[in-house]
Amino acid sequence: MRLVRRGHEPAWLPVAAVAVAVLVTVALSAIPIRLAGANPRAAFERYLLVPLSSTLGLYEVMLTATPLLFTGIAVAIAFRAGYWNIGAEGQFLMGAVGTTAVALNAPDLPSWAALPLGFVAGGLGGLAWAWLPAWLKRRGAIDEVVTTLLLNPVALLVVQGLLNGPWRNSETGFTDSDRFGAGYDLPPLISGSRVHWGFGVAVVIVVITWFVFTKTAVGMQIRASGQAPDAAKFSGIPVARLRFRSALVSGAVAGAGGASQVMGVQHQLTQGISNNYGYTGIIVATLAALSPVGVVLVAVLLADIAVGAENVSLVLQVPTQLGAIFAALLLLTVLSAMELRHYRLARSGRRRHGATPVSAEEAS
Amino acid sequence: MTPTRPLLELSGITKRFGDLVANDAVSLSVASGEVVAMLGENGAGKSTLMKIVYGLVRPDGGTITMDGRPLDISSPRDAMAAGIGMVTQEFSLVETMTVTENVALSSVGLGRVDVRAARQRVVDAMDRVGVQIEPERLISTLSIGERQRVEIVKALFHECRVLILDEPTAVLTPQDVRALFETVQRLRRTGLGVLFVSHKLREVAEISDRVVVLRRGSLVGERATAEVTTHELASLMMGGTAPEEDVASAVGLPVAEVPEEAPVAPREGAGTAERRPVLILTDVTLERPGRPALDHLTFEVRPGEIVGLAGISGNGQTELMNVLGGVELPTSGRVEVDGAAVTRLDVRGRLDAGLGRLTEDRRGSVVPQLSVEHNLVLEDLPSFTRRGMLDKAAIRAHAEEVIRRFDIRATPTDPVSSLSGGNMQKVLLARALSRRPKVLVAAQPTRGLDVGAYRYVHEQLHELRDTGAGVLVISEDLDELRSLCDRILVLFRGAITGGLPVAEATSERLGAMMTGESVEV
Repeated sequence: MRLVRRGHEPAWLPVAAVAVAVLVTVALSAIPIRLAGANPRAAFERYLLVPLSSTLGLYEVMLTATPLLFTGIAVAIAFRAGYWNIGAEGQFLMGAVGTTAVALNAPDLPSWAALPLGFVAGGLGGLAWAWLPAWLKRRGAIDEVVTTLLLNPVALLVVQGLLNGPWRNSETGFTDSDRFGAGYDLPPLISGSRVHWGFGVAVVIVVITWFVFTKTAVGMQIRASGQAPDAAKFSGIPVARLRFRSALVSGAVAGAGGASQVMGVQHQLTQGISNNYGYTGIIVATLAALSPVGVVLVAVLLADIAVGAENVSLVLQVPTQLGAIFAALLLLTVLSAMELRHYRLARSGRRRHGATPVSAEEAS
Repeated sequence: MTPTRPLLELSGITKRFGDLVANDAVSLSVASGEVVAMLGENGAGKSTLMKIVYGLVRPDGGTITMDGRPLDISSPRDAMAAGIGMVTQEFSLVETMTVTENVALSSVGLGRVDVRAARQRVVDAMDRVGVQIEPERLISTLSIGERQRVEIVKALFHECRVLILDEPTAVLTPQDVRALFETVQRLRRTGLGVLFVSHKLREVAEISDRVVVLRRGSLVGERATAEVTTHELASLMMGGTAPEEDVASAVGLPVAEVPEEAPVAPREGAGTAERRPVLILTDVTLERPGRPALDHLTFEVRPGEIVGLAGISGNGQTELMNVLGGVELPTSGRVEVDGAAVTRLDVRGRLDAGLGRLTEDRRGSVVPQLSVEHNLVLEDLPSFTRRGMLDKAAIRAHAEEVIRRFDIRATPTDPVSSLSGGNMQKVLLARALSRRPKVLVAAQPTRGLDVGAYRYVHEQLHELRDTGAGVLVISEDLDELRSLCDRILVLFRGAITGGLPVAEATSERLGAMMTGESVEV
């Protein structure tokens, strides 16, 4: 058997490919779940269904999805333009730093001023962190994959440095910042839940992104720059400038994610403020095929699995990391399936090897 | 030359790609000391068949035998071991190595290379073929023709008994074609079987003993070359329905044999000579490490004429296209479009000045994932945008009109990637022409197109010329230039070596200019 490239691809193929990928993921992740001593069926039910089947669970999923929406759409914006921003993690952290800087220096602002200011400061923090690699890329054609990636641990060191130095908690002496003033608390989006307005802001950003990509001339130019840069250049589209700007917007959106997380959840800067949200954002954007609608769906799915993983570990006594294994397997199988769908299996030509060849008389 | 028993035999070779049948039960044979030509237009299935023989593509059915023994060829290595050698259009030579090293490279195992012995064998192989190239020369210093001969020597080095030459003349000057033909004759006398793949009738008629004709994947005819006319071959190749001039122009018959397509004299009645040129290049130079890619390039295109720019690829065509299109700025010099200097303008400025462009790299000029309607407006977004928003209705109306006018077989929302080459070229042509350019620059406008699309593109270019625009056609295909243009210039090492009115542009004169001999205009 071997793979042969398909001549024609039916419309249902991508859907079927994803379905197959999900089945393969379920089958493969059943193995470690079994090894951990749990019943795979019960585990899957808890990973996927239980969180969505209660209002409380649903709130938790929305809360968990919020930072992923920010980083997912941030990565999608950059990738769409053909700028490979792997630095959403660092930009998210620097966004949190930006917000914290404002909150610690103007603690008593009323919320009508504090919240917008907090978001703007977060956005600027992320933008600033995204600027250097984007500038290097534009001026010196320095590979942004390397520079954005390497700036992530630097951002974490900046956070740690600040928390060990000037921003060390003045009451407890722990390496967390002081708690922000009450004006900086993002109000709940749904009363009685922990879901905060960050979720709303994220959804607004997703909608704006969708609008820009599908309805505006700039959006079409960005897509052209990402999908066929040479053709875009040929058509007079300023590819380098669009990529540079998309990189900055991407950084700003990731930074706004950091702002949302400090103001909506932690209310102070902590070292663990980003739970690898920036990296997960890459998974979200990739699985979503860079579509804004897809980002929402995938962010919610991954949040569902993450929330479910907590539940599974409590109830079935298996490690929470199984949730991460599940998500990682899903990424690998979906990406493989999307590539493999271009091919079909064919019987190898070797079958005819032993058979009597068509006689020479017939041929000549 | 009497062919003896068949050496290589293909029987019933079938290959499908999805719904497309690339080869449908094709059978043919090559005997020792015989030159068999395989004729077929672009897309007839020649390349697929050759890839099957050389182990690059596995067939879905059929057998290949050598000396009557069945072969199972699953890689070029298998093919070489069976005595089959192939020279493709793209050479696989390492430019920074010598001729000897390149030839030896293909047979190196894990052990060390005995350079002396390898050199001797290379020299022997060259003697056999009558090739004279210093074995110590670096590939980078060789001309295209010489490189091709090195490829042939490489094939012979593997004791090949059947040599496949895939479109070997596509990249050669007329002089190099002569030399190649002499080499082929010499090989034939040493008992080698040669399979010569081409879509050019004249070459086939001259070099081969026997011709097999492939059309739409099937073998439609097999003739002894001595007993067949070129017209019969042409109609086999095209199918019975194509009118004769289609046939001739598509297969590269000399223009003289095709009165219907006779070159149109420059329109002097309109007084073109006095009118201001629509494109003027003055001393345009583009520096590159080594020597300049464009070297004080100077020429002009007047309204109402089609100027051909002939030349062997690599003499500055790509760079000229970039400089004209605004993708790259020249180091010095001046470019004027319709009286306005555009030298420092970006792509958009040039388009506004009245320049239209049609590049050689069709896929590099469209965004394959975007729809037909979006690709059609990509160069002119501001006209289809209101306050930053895409004007959907205007875009759709434009696309529908263009699709009707240019007879594009697609709907506005089809992604361009789903279009055939001919339809894609129509989209690009439509995009360039719908802005009513004062001058159109077209590089290889018909490469890879079928007869219908080929005719269509020529018609459109003639029509544009007749409305008073200037057209510059950059092409390596002399036959195309002669049937399309009013005047032909020759580009060599980034400069014009001369120009001729089409009536005086014979292969010999153009060929001489293409290798650097200056000819008075």
